[in-house]
Amino acid sequence: MSLETSEKQKDLNRSVGLVKPQTAVIEQPLKLACGVVLPKHTLVYETYGTLNKNNTNAILICHALSGNHHAAGVYEQDAKAGWWDQYIGPGKPIDSNRFFIVCVNNIGSCFGSTGPTSENPETGKPYGADFPPVRARDWVESQRLLMEHLNIDCWAAVVGASLGGMQAMRWSLEHPEKLQHAVVIASSMKLTAQNIAFNEIARKAIKSDTDFCDGNYLQENKIPHQGLALARMIGHVTYLSDELMGQKFGRDLKAGDLLQGKTDPVEFQIESYLNYQGDKFSDFFDANSYILITKMLDYFDLAREYDHDPIAAFSHAQCKFLVVSFSSDWRFSPARSQEITDALIAAGKDVSYIAIDSDHGHDAFLLPNQRYQAALGGYLSRLADQLESAQ
Amino acid sequence: MNHNIDFIKQWIEPESRVLDVGCGDGSLLASIRDQRQVRGYGLEIDPSSIASCVEKGVNVIEQDLNKGLKNFADQSFDTVLMTHTLQALRYPHLVLDEILRIGAKGIVTFPNFGNWRTRAYLSLRGRMPVTKQLAYQWYDTPNIHFFTYDDFEALCKERNIKILHRQFLANGFPDAMLKSVWPNLFTETAVYHLSR
Repeated sequence: MSLETSEKQKDLNRSVGLVKPQTAVIEQPLKLACGVVLPKHTLVYETYGTLNKNNTNAILICHALSGNHHAAGVYEQDAKAGWWDQYIGPGKPIDSNRFFIVCVNNIGSCFGSTGPTSENPETGKPYGADFPPVRARDWVESQRLLMEHLNIDCWAAVVGASLGGMQAMRWSLEHPEKLQHAVVIASSMKLTAQNIAFNEIARKAIKSDTDFCDGNYLQENKIPHQGLALARMIGHVTYLSDELMGQKFGRDLKAGDLLQGKTDPVEFQIESYLNYQGDKFSDFFDANSYILITKMLDYFDLAREYDHDPIAAFSHAQCKFLVVSFSSDWRFSPARSQEITDALIAAGKDVSYIAIDSDHGHDAFLLPNQRYQAALGGYLSRLADQLESAQ
Repeated sequence: MNHNIDFIKQWIEPESRVLDVGCGDGSLLASIRDQRQVRGYGLEIDPSSIASCVEKGVNVIEQDLNKGLKNFADQSFDTVLMTHTLQALRYPHLVLDEILRIGAKGIVTFPNFGNWRTRAYLSLRGRMPVTKQLAYQWYDTPNIHFFTYDDFEALCKERNIKILHRQFLANGFPDAMLKSVWPNLFTETAVYHLSR
């Protein structure tokens, strides 16, 4: 075996390997925050690792805006690993040898769970733009119904980054007795005006596409590819740092040159990269879902119903918290994580806060980083030790 | 040189709130938490110390003390603890004010520069002291302020800080025996319990 293939083998051994999504039909009605009741809904999810005999070692992974249930491992027909494969697997920070890990595609998204592309039972047509608005608390409630379906009474931890961290915080307030730990990564108690502004530009880009058809494009057999691609390009820029873009692309040219005396257009590497990312995204994501979930982000305000007092909000929590931020993340900046931490300390809750140095902007939460891996791994391995000694 | 400062636990009320400013690997905070059932938080900047705290299950907050402690509300802790850190901060007098703004009481420890070893080193060799207690060369030491406990008490007086208790520690010979006779000359580490 060559050195290269043995390295590949080693990587594969550290993966959860082949995985298959599962489907749960939740027959209990789900009353959404907007008042609409979903009489039943479908959830597509994946699990990694084994539930211990007392059902105490379950970790819920909450995905963010464009994420889904495929967090780790590979499919038989698609070798591309799940979105958080760097962090979930045997011996990895979220260790599938020790935890039973659950990741669910949330309602309103577009990877098989009930959402805008699903059939509306009242009309027999896709919901499209008529899918009811969904809040983070609705995701939490739907995840709780899945938790019952899986016979889990209490999560060892609820873990999420970005919008995922918002769900973890909401869990701690809505069902304080149903989680032992909340891991809140690169998140915020509410979006800033700048964040809402970027989301509105993205929505406007989608709605401006003539193929959007007021959200009923599926019935018209159309897809607003251009609008969705543009929305993603805008988002993508905000997930990277200026520094990283400089390092990765600089002013490198993909085509043409800048010599005088030529009229041919040039293409910068960054242009080509962003166009590619936008096009790729518009092939697999649904435009209505993008609009719905960016609004969910905008509306999220952890302390709104607690008289806008984050300390009063967190006083309801019973779990312990780990908060993580990344230095170059300007979409969910370290200052937002510090606010979460300060409120938790003032509320007298157990919390640790780790500020990771990284050039990778908001996307850092997905990427390898030694210190981040050690912090998350160290925190969860202590939890695994406790759970295993209690068995 | 590590001195046993376990006795400070008697100054900390059970189940009270403790902030350890510059908590290192979290050992002291973990033992106070386990013995006095306090709600403790440590502030630290060094990544490997932070990792040790996480492994011990100590609440650790990554924060640069030189950037201030403004994120902590007035009188939000019962005790603010600072062990062997004061001499390494840019403005010790302002940090001392902050400790007693945030905490009802403060516990502060520091190396006593008045110890005879450092005095003898400087006066006889004419070089900045490198001792077991202060084991750095002048150019790379984190300890940017050198002061004796007499200096410290003068500062407390000037800033209206009450000294509730003081303990002088020494392990070496003859320091341990002589520190009660001539404290400023033989104390290696000074420990103060403070309030406004």
